[in-house]
Amino acid sequence: MIEISHVNKWYGPTFQVLKDCTTSVAKGEVVVVCGPSGSGKSTLIKCVNALEPFQEGQIILDGIKVNDPKTDLPKLRARVGMVFQHFELFPHLRIIENLCLAQEKVLGRSHGEAMAKGEKLLERVGLTVQANKYPAELSGGQQQRVAIARALAMDPIAMLFDEPTSALDPEMISEVLDVMVDLAHEGMTMMVVTHEMGFASKVANRVIFMDKGEIVEDALKTDFFGSPRSERAQQFLSKILSH
Amino acid sequence: MFDNLDFDVIRRSLPYLFLDGMGFTLMLTGLSALGGLVFGTMIALMRLSSYRLMGRIAGLYVDFMRSLPLVLVIFWFYFLVPYIGQWLTGASRPIRVGAFTSSLVTFIMFEAAYFSEIMRAGIQSISKGQPAAASALGLTYAQSMRYIVLPQAFRNMLPVLLTQTIVLFQDTSLVYVLSIPDFLGAASKVAQRDGRLVEMYLFAALVYFVISCVASYGVRRLQARIAIVR
Repeated sequence: MIEISHVNKWYGPTFQVLKDCTTSVAKGEVVVVCGPSGSGKSTLIKCVNALEPFQEGQIILDGIKVNDPKTDLPKLRARVGMVFQHFELFPHLRIIENLCLAQEKVLGRSHGEAMAKGEKLLERVGLTVQANKYPAELSGGQQQRVAIARALAMDPIAMLFDEPTSALDPEMISEVLDVMVDLAHEGMTMMVVTHEMGFASKVANRVIFMDKGEIVEDALKTDFFGSPRSERAQQFLSKILSH
Repeated sequence: MFDNLDFDVIRRSLPYLFLDGMGFTLMLTGLSALGGLVFGTMIALMRLSSYRLMGRIAGLYVDFMRSLPLVLVIFWFYFLVPYIGQWLTGASRPIRVGAFTSSLVTFIMFEAAYFSEIMRAGIQSISKGQPAAASALGLTYAQSMRYIVLPQAFRNMLPVLLTQTIVLFQDTSLVYVLSIPDFLGAASKVAQRDGRLVEMYLFAALVYFVISCVASYGVRRLQARIAIVR
């Protein structure tokens, strides 16, 4: 589904954020990407739907080369859902309008169809009563659930999560993770940048550990939590699991 | 002091002052603001575009317009537009352009420079995550601008845009140099015809003052309301 091979990316002439990153996400697989801040994990996931350009290597998404200038990027992006750290709901639109806009303007669905789909997804994330509110009237956890519903409304073939719970208060993290766990159980292909190791151990198939722009470890979940091979991964795990 | 003043001249010329004069002023203000906003937004998008040359051209235009006195631009346009029209259409004589059209074109082009700076600030005030989220949903650049970025930029900048429009309302009085009967021009005509300069210019000042004050008050109210919503 997602093939990342030998991706190199530089900011400016000297600072290399991604170093020869190679990995893949198969259909129905849930892959968690973790690592210390500044390790390039967010950058990597944003390269997958070309929100960030990269200079070398290639990424193939459902058979389509992302970094090919001939690729119709809007069309490709419409097929992959993305959830951001800071939700990025559209503050000037009501919740239901947030869910309908791209369905109508990108997929060409009728307003009725889009509304029906939007309402169904709001129900699924438990926010039916909030449909006519504006994003600012919702809590962070609710906003992030709307953001997930907004991405799902496009019937994506895969979902990318960029630290979906990092900006949330602790008591709101679980309501968002619950939605993500359900998604994983339904067989959604997911690439998730997160520090939530509980989530990783519950639903991930594989865990990728990144440090300083490199993929240091790319292992099955059991191997990763059992005995990470690299010292850096061991240190990282002991730091985030110790408290 | 007011013994030899005749304020009845105002009452007698009210229909002319307001129906003709103020009508013209408001129409010129409204159309110029609308046109200036449309072109200004286009210039702002050009300035922010990743094509260097386009940004440079838009920047030059804005700097050029902003470093010329408005009266000069009004004059220039009035006398130049017929010749530019002739040159463009290849006609044998300068094209006749009415004073209204000429001043409208002038104000739209002049205001576009100022509105573009406001819209540019508005667009830059929107966090990068918003267009990124729009792109991630598959919206094109144009759709992202049209549905996500510009509506928010416009709403955030509405008080500033309206304040600029109040300034424009006052600036339209400069068309008097083309002898156009806008509100000030009409007042001035009556003043000279009836020899009532003090009365008419006092009254004109009062009218501009009241309208601008009320409008500014409205903008402040609006600003407070927007601040709460955000």
